[in-house]
Amino acid sequence: MSLPTEVGTINAPSAVFDMRAQRDARTTIFRRPRPAETLIQFFLFFCGVLSIFTTLGILYVLGSEALLFFQSGLVDLGEFLTAPVWQPQAEEFGIMSLVSATLMTTLFAMIVAIPLGLGAAIYLAEYAKDRTRAILKPILEILAGIPTVVYGYFALTFMTPLLRGIFGQDTVSIYNVASAGLVMGIMILPTITSMSEDALSAVPRNLREASYGLSATKLETILKVVLPAGLSGIIAAFIVGISRAVGETMIVALAAGAGPCKLYGDGANCFQPFDAAETMTGHIVRISGGDLSYNSIDYNSLFAIGLTLFLFTLVLNLISRSITNRFREVYQ
Amino acid sequence: MTENGAHAFELRGVNIYYGSKKAVEDVNLSIPRQKITAFIGPSGCGKSTVLRSLNRMNDLIPSARIEGGVFFGGQNLYADNVDPVEVRRRIGMVFQKPNPFPKSIYDNVAYGPRLLGVRGKAVLDEIVEHSLKGAFLWDEVRGDLKKSGLALSGGQQQRLCIARTIAVEPEVILMDEPASALDPIATQAIEELMKVLVQRFTIVIVTHNMQQAQRVSDYTAFYSIRKKEEQGGVENRWGVLAEYAPTDRLFSNPASEETERYIRGEFG
Repeated sequence: MSLPTEVGTINAPSAVFDMRAQRDARTTIFRRPRPAETLIQFFLFFCGVLSIFTTLGILYVLGSEALLFFQSGLVDLGEFLTAPVWQPQAEEFGIMSLVSATLMTTLFAMIVAIPLGLGAAIYLAEYAKDRTRAILKPILEILAGIPTVVYGYFALTFMTPLLRGIFGQDTVSIYNVASAGLVMGIMILPTITSMSEDALSAVPRNLREASYGLSATKLETILKVVLPAGLSGIIAAFIVGISRAVGETMIVALAAGAGPCKLYGDGANCFQPFDAAETMTGHIVRISGGDLSYNSIDYNSLFAIGLTLFLFTLVLNLISRSITNRFREVYQ
Repeated sequence: MTENGAHAFELRGVNIYYGSKKAVEDVNLSIPRQKITAFIGPSGCGKSTVLRSLNRMNDLIPSARIEGGVFFGGQNLYADNVDPVEVRRRIGMVFQKPNPFPKSIYDNVAYGPRLLGVRGKAVLDEIVEHSLKGAFLWDEVRGDLKKSGLALSGGQQQRLCIARTIAVEPEVILMDEPASALDPIATQAIEELMKVLVQRFTIVIVTHNMQQAQRVSDYTAFYSIRKKEEQGGVENRWGVLAEYAPTDRLFSNPASEETERYIRGEFG
């Protein structure tokens, strides 16, 4: 780097561009309007609040239509929560029938996705060589990109026959909750893997070194230092996975069955993994697909289901936030 | 070939590589027991690399490779049948940046003993208290051992890391610039602590700070950089052990001109 030899060359104005003249041309130091800045700020504000208004709008529609459902006189909240089955034709509206099917498919999805997802995440973050990771991660991302309708067919044409082959044709119905749930688990796997891996990779290297320095083995380091430090992110990954399972539609619509199960009484068949059962989402998509007249009780009932579904994901999000805050092991 | 009595480590013809790049070349060094040995030298001279080879910490870097022998009590640490986990049990390490686990003070100190299978609250309580006292931290934290280790100040965190290390009773403590992230008062506390710890442990410390090496160490190893121009204008740099002597002699009467220039602050 060469410095100017004469001080004067620094202080003299540039011969090419006279910045001082430019500055002096501005006559005041007082505020001037900057319309472009204001406009852009306004536009960005609009983008920000749009999502809030959309949410509020959806909530309003869900709530008001659901209110019509409860005001119809055909159903009250107690019946809604306790009736054994959901059969609009018979004017039976027991949401727990649909909820039970949703819980069952979600449970099966989690049985697949949590252990496999966490295992894959630990492998990718801690054990995999760079080359292995470079091959595995894109493949996992392809898994995330498969349309859910394909998963639905996969459940129906591969998983169901597989289950029937293992457990017997008589035990396993063609449409069944287990098949849909297991395939849903595969669908969610990349989400849980990728989020958990991020959480594990974010654990600083110096914590691992500290553990090795205290004569921990690799497995001890992972179990006692890395997993606890990444726990909040891992739990967040699980909850996002559960949220997706609860809201997933195509797989259950295709493979879980097209009729609500019965919770109790004669012929009760909820919580049977190999029986058909209709989830909240599955029911909504089937009924919406049929011909449905506005302001009929069937029509309004869909919004009651939608609202229930919304409450589920809302509660899951709240749980996720409180858990991540409580378990957060802050590291530098 | 090695005498077991006076020396903790004997390094014989140690070359360390990261991938195809040579990091240090032909280090021969005997590190005495229950003394403080300081590694000094400019950035990139390989002093940390050599330090990390003493408890096989370099194993964690997949591309790292070592040639030659690092003998600890006469046993080559890089022999095929040596378990690095056991090596680190005997040779503990304190790092440049304080790195307490995001756990309570108690659990930080009890971490190592628990790994070794120590159970029972009374025993662990005793170990935790003893170790925290040994690191001059007990009086400051005795009331709230349940508090997170990360809630402590930087200097306290580093002493917690030292307590955690001495809780497993290693024979050697390696310190990789343990005070470089600390303020002068916390640094002084660490230095005083080292002078007490050396009565029980062999200490090897890497430091950028020549005054620190002079203040605390008994022996000083000065590492320097060698360069070679490859074809295509690529410059290869690696570290060598340039001089090794008792600290007061190395600083008062260095054998090589290079050492003298470095300790006078002319490069580095």
